[in-house]
Amino acid sequence: MPAEKPARSPETPARSAEATAEGAFGRLTGLARRWEGLILVLLVAVMLWASFAVDGFANPSNVSFLLLDTTEIAIMALTMTLVIVAAEIDLSVASTLGLSCAVLGWLWNAGLAIETIMPICLLVGALCGAVNGLLVTRLGLPSLAVTIGTFALYRGLAYVILGDQAVADLPPAYTGLATQTFGPIPLVTVLVAILAALAAVVLHATGLGRSIFALGSNEEAAFFAGVRVKRIKFWLFTASGVFASLASLVYTFRYASARADNGVGLELAVVAAVLLGGVSIFGGRGSLPGVLMAVLLLGVVRNALILADVANEVLNFVTGLLLVASVLAPNLGAVWRRRTTRRSVRLEGNTPR
Amino acid sequence: MSGPEAEVLRDAGAAEAALPGGPGAPNGRGLVERVARVRELGIVVALVALFGVTGAVNPAFLGFDSLRDILLNSAIIAMLAVGQTLVVVTRNVDLSVSSIVGLAAFGGAVILADDPGVPIPVVIAGCVLLGALCGAVNGLLVGVAKVPALVATLGTLYAFRGIDFAVAGGRQVNAADMPEAFLSLGSGSVLGLPLLALVAVVVLLAVGWMMGNLPWGRELYAIGSNPDAAVLAGIRVRRRVVTAFVVNGALAGLAGVMWAARFGTVDATVATGKELDVIAAVVVGGVAIFGGSGTVYGAALGALLLSSITSALAVLRVDALAQTAINGALLIAAIVLDRVLALRVAAALRRRRYRDAR
Amino acid sequence: MTTFTPSRRRGARLGPRFGVVLATGLALLATACGGTTRDDVAASQPAVPAASAAASADPGAPLKQGLKIAFLPKQVNNPYFTVSDTGGADAGKEFGAEVKEVGPSDASASSQVSYINTLIQQKQDAIVISANDPNAVVPALKQAMAAGIKVVSYDSDVAPEGRHLFINQASAEDLGRTQVQLLAEQIGHKGKIAVLSATPNATNQNTWIEFMQDELKKPEYKDMELVKIAYGNDDDQKSFTETQGLLRSYPDLKGIISPTTVGIAAAARYLSDSPYKGKVKLTGLGTPNQLRKFVKDGTIDGFELWSPGDLGYLASYAAAALASGQITGAEGEKFKAGRLGEYTIGANGEVLLGKPTVFTKDNIDDFDF
Repeated sequence: MPAEKPARSPETPARSAEATAEGAFGRLTGLARRWEGLILVLLVAVMLWASFAVDGFANPSNVSFLLLDTTEIAIMALTMTLVIVAAEIDLSVASTLGLSCAVLGWLWNAGLAIETIMPICLLVGALCGAVNGLLVTRLGLPSLAVTIGTFALYRGLAYVILGDQAVADLPPAYTGLATQTFGPIPLVTVLVAILAALAAVVLHATGLGRSIFALGSNEEAAFFAGVRVKRIKFWLFTASGVFASLASLVYTFRYASARADNGVGLELAVVAAVLLGGVSIFGGRGSLPGVLMAVLLLGVVRNALILADVANEVLNFVTGLLLVASVLAPNLGAVWRRRTTRRSVRLEGNTPR
Repeated sequence: MSGPEAEVLRDAGAAEAALPGGPGAPNGRGLVERVARVRELGIVVALVALFGVTGAVNPAFLGFDSLRDILLNSAIIAMLAVGQTLVVVTRNVDLSVSSIVGLAAFGGAVILADDPGVPIPVVIAGCVLLGALCGAVNGLLVGVAKVPALVATLGTLYAFRGIDFAVAGGRQVNAADMPEAFLSLGSGSVLGLPLLALVAVVVLLAVGWMMGNLPWGRELYAIGSNPDAAVLAGIRVRRRVVTAFVVNGALAGLAGVMWAARFGTVDATVATGKELDVIAAVVVGGVAIFGGSGTVYGAALGALLLSSITSALAVLRVDALAQTAINGALLIAAIVLDRVLALRVAAALRRRRYRDAR
Repeated sequence: MTTFTPSRRRGARLGPRFGVVLATGLALLATACGGTTRDDVAASQPAVPAASAAASADPGAPLKQGLKIAFLPKQVNNPYFTVSDTGGADAGKEFGAEVKEVGPSDASASSQVSYINTLIQQKQDAIVISANDPNAVVPALKQAMAAGIKVVSYDSDVAPEGRHLFINQASAEDLGRTQVQLLAEQIGHKGKIAVLSATPNATNQNTWIEFMQDELKKPEYKDMELVKIAYGNDDDQKSFTETQGLLRSYPDLKGIISPTTVGIAAAARYLSDSPYKGKVKLTGLGTPNQLRKFVKDGTIDGFELWSPGDLGYLASYAAAALASGQITGAEGEKFKAGRLGEYTIGANGEVLLGKPTVFTKDNIDDFDF
């Protein structure tokens, strides 16, 4: 498909700082004219429509609910973006979330202090991600298959650890913090904003980010250009695990309940948001602002439709449709463009994924 | 097997075909086939070990009734795995099968309940057609519109299930509402073998034979191995991919009917979550997620293995909560094993090549 | 792959960066001697849940017209809840209220919270909820109560501080004990029995099972033994396989109790086609329509249930009574529930619908749900 490849040739380490910033900015504006622009327009349009057409949408408490609801998805979408740009995928994030919640509940019941438990949970997340990373980089296994396996494994372990209990007597200081809002802005959204800024900087303004784009576009070329493909992928998966367990902390405190089935089904919502945000499933293309807008868009659509008493099945249907449309539209655009310009034989890269 | 290893194998096969002595000579191709058989043998060995251990703990597990139950349990997933293989072999995936099963099951059940006059074969045909239609939607999205299969079928997973909910509402069709003749299909036996298992076996043999012997079967493998080469070789890639999805959908429709007959209670949530069981069965059965290799026999064996484990766990009095973890661990073990095997084979072929080249 | 070694890259810096994070984490661990633990939380909780708003009840107040009542079941498109919520809607018609049903398609607690928030936005007068998790929905429900919305739980309770009333189908104790009593009669008070439950986390099933185990301690059940609790996850195929497993592992099993409509239907279907039909007794909670066939063909001698429609009906009236100021949820207050008569609120804000109904082949044709 027609790619706005961020790098025409594999990156070398010796680019100047200005060229870096220029290149990143140029990439961003280029993309903005395309997909992200569309998402932004859609987002604004839906928000305007909802404010006027749907009763109860445009007030501070609803906005805060909306933002709260999308918190975990947003957190996991940050690292998922990087993983998918690197031409991999991680379907086990929600199970890592569940496992982390289960560990939290188990340790809490065992009497440990919550301040001790939280870093342990992050460690658990890192471990889960590292296992994924090892299997993908050291053994060269396809990440789709690996993460489907760990998706089941981690969720299963969560059930084994916490069983059928639901741990609910969590400290009110933390559960209160998780639901705290300043007018329409919840406290956790500030956390998400900070993390998002961090991720955006890493992806769009550092050498690491360029390396990720490079290895997502063409892994072999990037390898020969000096990008440490395996190491980067490993740490991406690990980071994905850490962010998933971070999301689990927010989730558990927000709902004041640690259960083994926390977060079931979230991975599909995260992948849907990332793809809707313009990240190419083949890797090498995408932007973090686009993903954030997509997360918000999906949250707004869902919130508005529920407020308008639209039936649940329509919500699912709309999500599915949006997902397909997000990939279909560029393809159809490409087909149309190809028909109107001179034909040429195109070979898609035979890069493994 | 995929990537560089697969290319080495293909080169070996191609080069070897040109050698004096022709194909079948003890060279690359023989090795490739032997590996494939090893993979399936591995599953058989695992099955034997499973039955052995569980049978030792509780001999009732090996009894006729127990085996019949296991066959019945695995019939539906095996059927779905056969269809999924067709799709996975072309380097795609179909996550929407569970929604297609749900839609077909409810559609069939509701017609049988509300219009008992409609003959059962017509209902079955209708469900298969419905499944084929859903498969066609997937096929068009993936084959024609070039939407990546993961995304397309994720979307249709949601969309079809949404349609299912919209049609079903809160309605639940019970065994009492459906004609006895239909329900007996779900529990009946022919010569001691459950009818549903028989249907699955027939489908398996038919599809397996076609994959192995008909040109379009070989073309599916070619498409999965190297899509660009397939295009250049003149294979009608679009047509084949769409067909693969349509057949998968049709089989899912049939599985939906089987579900309704077997379980008797049908509502909007039928088969939710089953798509991952199917993919697990397919991967454990040796079908590469990259496409290009694996057989339907392996996939069916994978389905059988996973169902047997579920039953064995219940018999062994292992906590049911461990089931999910075990499935996941098995899946990972299967792909690791595949990878190790592929590396070994590639190394062996490389050695042989250099030796022969001297 | 080749043996080309790439030069050191900036990307490698990520390693040490992460190591710092790790070290910090470990340091936190090491120094966290004075953190908040479970005991700290328990000690600081008030012993008595905060008293509800001190509005006094006015039993004579008429039911307000045009109330907006929302039913939020565990899962929409679930036939059991469709029946109960239709009962609620019927009640609403009687006193001129607008009753609607909203809820998630997946039976998860977090989805319910989204709906509660929405209902607050929509300024409902009352929420009638059957919770997937008794605690996860409480913060949102508290917000609803603070916004003036009356909260009634039905079928599956929430923690008491999150609701004004709980409409219980029958006392958990009654349900647990009577199921054991039913089965005991059917197997002659002798033999091994097992339970086929729903999901391992399900609050109502777990409560009933506790009472079942307590009942089995009584002397008249000394020859009966509960050998296993299996979980069918309210999934047909799983419940099937679990039933098979039970019969394989315990070939001398005499009876199965399945306190979930999905489980009992799956188990009945399996048993009726197996050589165990009639030999292994099956009872539990099920709907007449689902099990009629099996009662008639001898697989099931008797099972029980309450009327889900009545449950919804009563819940609707209770919500209306609360919203109209007739009651405040305190113990001892009474209210009228249409054709069901007058109900008194029990301890802890619980209202009992009544005793469960036992269905046998003699009376099963009288019911249609």
